[in-house]
Amino acid sequence: MADYDLIVIGSGPGGYVAAIRASQLGLKTAIVERESLGGICLNWGCIPTKALLRSAEVLHYATNAEQFGLKIDKAGFDLDAVVKRSRGVAKQLSSGVSHLMKKNKIDVIMGEATLKKGKPAPIVSVKGKDGKTNEYKAKNVILATGARARAIPQAGLEPDGDLIWTYREAMVPKETPKKLLVIGSGAIGIEFASFYNELGSDVTVVEAVDRILPVEDEEISTFARKQFEKQGIKFHTGAQVKSLKKANGKVTADISSGDKTEKLEVDRVILAIGIVGNTEGLGLEELGVKVEKTHVLVDGFGRTGVNGLYAIGDLTGAPWLAHKASHEGVMCVEGIAGAEDAHAFDAWNVPGCTYSHPQIASVGMTEAKAKESGHKIKVGKFPFIGNGKAIALGAAEGLVKTIFDAETGELLGAHMIGAEVTELIQGYVIAREGELTEETLMHTVFPHPTLSEMMHESVLASQGRVLHM
Amino acid sequence: MAINITMPALSPTMEEGTLARWMVKPGDTISSGDVIAEIETDKATMEVEAVDEGTIAKIVIEAGTEGVKVNSVIAVLAEEGEDPDDVEAPEAEASGGADEGDDASEGDKIEEAEKPSKSKEKKVSDEKPEKSDAEPTTSIGETAQKPREAEGKDLRKELEGTSPKLADVGSGKDRIKASPLARRIAALRDIDLSKLEGSGPRGRIVKADVEAAEPSKKQVASEKKASDAPADTPKAAPDGLILPQVLDDRVYDPESYELKPLDGMRKTVAKRLTQSFMQVPHFPLNVDIKLDKLLASRADINEAAPEGVKISVNDMLIKASALALMSEPDCNASFTDKGIAYHKSAHISVAVAIDGGLITPVIRDAQTKGLATISREMKDLATRARERKLKPQEYSGGTFSISNLGMFGIKSFGSIINQPEGMILSVGAGEKRAVVNEADEVLPATVMTVTLSCDHRVIGGAEGAKWLAAFKRYVEHPQSMLL
Repeated sequence: MADYDLIVIGSGPGGYVAAIRASQLGLKTAIVERESLGGICLNWGCIPTKALLRSAEVLHYATNAEQFGLKIDKAGFDLDAVVKRSRGVAKQLSSGVSHLMKKNKIDVIMGEATLKKGKPAPIVSVKGKDGKTNEYKAKNVILATGARARAIPQAGLEPDGDLIWTYREAMVPKETPKKLLVIGSGAIGIEFASFYNELGSDVTVVEAVDRILPVEDEEISTFARKQFEKQGIKFHTGAQVKSLKKANGKVTADISSGDKTEKLEVDRVILAIGIVGNTEGLGLEELGVKVEKTHVLVDGFGRTGVNGLYAIGDLTGAPWLAHKASHEGVMCVEGIAGAEDAHAFDAWNVPGCTYSHPQIASVGMTEAKAKESGHKIKVGKFPFIGNGKAIALGAAEGLVKTIFDAETGELLGAHMIGAEVTELIQGYVIAREGELTEETLMHTVFPHPTLSEMMHESVLASQGRVLHM
Repeated sequence: MAINITMPALSPTMEEGTLARWMVKPGDTISSGDVIAEIETDKATMEVEAVDEGTIAKIVIEAGTEGVKVNSVIAVLAEEGEDPDDVEAPEAEASGGADEGDDASEGDKIEEAEKPSKSKEKKVSDEKPEKSDAEPTTSIGETAQKPREAEGKDLRKELEGTSPKLADVGSGKDRIKASPLARRIAALRDIDLSKLEGSGPRGRIVKADVEAAEPSKKQVASEKKASDAPADTPKAAPDGLILPQVLDDRVYDPESYELKPLDGMRKTVAKRLTQSFMQVPHFPLNVDIKLDKLLASRADINEAAPEGVKISVNDMLIKASALALMSEPDCNASFTDKGIAYHKSAHISVAVAIDGGLITPVIRDAQTKGLATISREMKDLATRARERKLKPQEYSGGTFSISNLGMFGIKSFGSIINQPEGMILSVGAGEKRAVVNEADEVLPATVMTVTLSCDHRVIGGAEGAKWLAAFKRYVEHPQSMLL
């Protein structure tokens, strides 16, 4: 007899959402967590960083109060208080998850899980904090163990918790480093660069690819770089950190680009050079689960190929985003329960957001990708300077770019940079999911005065019908 | 009050049909039960009987109209005391909505019918959100009436009179649920959305469904390259499933052939057989069966039979098949979406070649029927099949099929399974062959070769073989059918 219909391993945004959906569908469900409910997202990722970035944003406005006709004698910050606020937000949400588990009658099993061969699904044995091991049987098991920061020990690119940080240490600083090196310019690298830059650090970002935010549209990358450079962040693109050497509480980095090598001495280093899946210690090899480049291979419903075993979220690969994990979790559970509206996951409809200043948000294909896929395209662009609300907000720098298939009118991609775009992007995500064409979007009424009007104008621009330009 | 006569559904799955012939004309008085028209569906021609009595006021759908939607108004009947000339008919639209048409004629005076019927108005308002192609004048009109909810109806009615576009929007075509992108791609590639099944929420047709209905551009392009011959992109097939060859003038000179459009039966046969051939893992089993005893029994039976009864070899094979299905019940099975349906009775479909196609009338519960009954039913079904007069329930619901080409001298052949049945038996000609008996003597015997095509999803090789052994036993020892 199985103890549960479903056991979810990992309680991040993928795991706990999957568990709730399973409970809604009538499955007897348990969730295993080794550390804190909510996983990285709630405790060490999305949410606490947003709290930090909010503090940085408010500080930015306070220092620039004159711009709004306001007088603030001396804006400043108390780093401990900023961090404390961030931790408080994380704690509040983590206990929120605990409440959600209780409300949905999901058993929470604290401890480290390993899997053993079993039928109809692998057997889950959990080693609790007290060292005791219990075995649980379920009809289905979902792996949602997430991922962690990548390290390259050979080049000294290995976190030490002191001078060389990952996101985790970067989130709870004791003091702001005078000079900071961020290695990697993806969303995580850029957010920390933006945060520490606002707090007054001298920030340098090194990126191996020839532009920052490499997954974004090239035009957005270029726009973002200009904005960040204006704020004082320095960039080395097409460059690599060959080695990190620690001495006297400082770190010296060898940054090479082409045939040049440059030495840079900094106080702290943040590693943001990618993500590796948490595949170890679960007994995946013995079960025959296919793992490629630290990620578990799955199909659109999260099936691993091992009977009764599924995987979702960061563990299954890019994009490494909480909302992707949650959505996959729901798809996976609906597939298991045979829900009527179960449908496979489509990575092209997952929006990506970077909460730096300015914000960056996108969905679908970049212009280069659209061309490469053989589409004849129409591109629309609208700058923030043409939008009344943006000017009133004092945030007139930004861009909304849309890419349509010239023939079918399909919204292939949307790319935005500027104030609040992370809140706006979802309008375009709905358009993609609902397969709306440029026509429907042009017929849609956007409220005035809002930033969202730029989304309309960008679509109009793609058809040569822009109004306020 | 005027009564609308609507297109009947002759079977639960029928969606449209051809109005083949009118048996009445305007002015004729009819009473309940009179045959008023003939409807042709994919497989049969059926008579439509009047339900009400009165005088035919108007024929809405002309004879010979194809694709008439079930429930659309085909004629209008004036009741007793009504002047047929005063009755105005709704427009001849081959779309649904006539079921709503009833209240229109009941609630309103006959003169009201001159204006567009209520049901149509309803549709127009239903369609509002989808009306992206409407003329600007239309949308202005609608915006104008928004704040005047109470008067809205009248205004809309007026608009309908003046703006033909608005009426067009309400036509049946727009009722298909599809994403704007799916619509656009379908229009670009000339794909009929009404033939597609939607995989989106609540059956909404999405891009993937339209793209699946046609080979991708890339595929077509690479095929082009491979053959190095310019070829037109094949149009979507009539049933959205098969992709027929493009009729290319460079291959066949248009003068060199006579083109016959596909009729309902041909389309159905093509669709069903293609489906079966592509989806069902067929495997054939064949066996030789000695016929001498069966032929002798048949001669005996016919000699003793009363006037008018003449049993054919085929009748006996139907009976033998049914009994074999009873002794091997695992073979009387259908593979379905919900599981394997093991049938409790043997309903034997018999392939009958008819002008313009093929049909399989069914002898129901053949295991319980005597040869005389089977023979009589078969004659009747075959005759009416040739006249295309079978009712849908007479050619569906079989659990097993027989196809016999013996009369053409065919030695053996393999038939395509008639889904959802699990097996079909192909019967070759009985012929004199030299047979070596157990004493190693070569003796003449009448032998036929039969081939059993099985659906491997439900029937294994051993089951099929057991069935053939049972069948062979019944045919070679026909008296055992009496047991």
